Amino acid sequence: MPNEESNVLDQFRQGSPETFEDAFETLFRLHQRAVYEWLLRIVRNPAAAEDLTVETFWRIYRAHARFQPSRGFEAWARTIATHAALDWLRTQRPESELPADLPAATNADPGVVDEIRRKTALAFGRLPPRLRIAALLAVVEEQPHKEIATALGISVAAVKLRVFRALRLLRKDLQQQGIAP
Amino acid sequence: MNSHDEERMKQLLREALPPIAEAEPARDLWPSMLRKMDAKTDAPPWFDWALLGGLVALAAFFPASIPVFLYYL
Repeated sequence: MPNEESNVLDQFRQGSPETFEDAFETLFRLHQRAVYEWLLRIVRNPAAAEDLTVETFWRIYRAHARFQPSRGFEAWARTIATHAALDWLRTQRPESELPADLPAATNADPGVVDEIRRKTALAFGRLPPRLRIAALLAVVEEQPHKEIATALGISVAAVKLRVFRALRLLRKDLQQQGIAP
Repeated sequence: MNSHDEERMKQLLREALPPIAEAEPARDLWPSMLRKMDAKTDAPPWFDWALLGGLVALAAFFPASIPVFLYYL
């Protein structure tokens, strides 16, 4: 199986137009779920995650000649997906209301009332997208800092700094609303 | 913000935005991918339009340049 995937990657990178198209379809079908899941974790909107999955693979399709097999396809796809998600988040206005189907935390502290949860989510939505992505992936999704750094194209130290800045800004926003976290 | 505050903010954030469980697209995305590839392949890239616009502008402002372009075509 690894040999088979390696052949597909070779064809994807430098195959003839016919074999390239087949290789691209194979890679799309192999990795679309992982890319979708990664995007959903960032944008938290299933319809947008689907559109961004297609956009990500479109960028992959165009950039196939720049693919370096040593990096691995999934890590490369994740980097492209993260940038597509960042572009999308930058076009979105912060929401004034949350969707009604906001999932409830399974291990919610009973002391945290719904109002605080709602205001925290809204305040988080007002943070700059690049800070939001780092905090979402590191704190909420508990992804390794190294993976986040690779996906964002920054160092691990920069990821930690972005997470810290996101939390500090979030705390400040909540304090301005009269909530003492 | 001290480490206690930082932990508290992390906890608050996790409660406000619970992690996404395993998920997959509700539909097969390959047909959408094909549509996008077909649409984008047909459309000329933006820099082709920019180049064309530049040439038209140059010809409009400097008509004397037209024979030069024709010579090099």
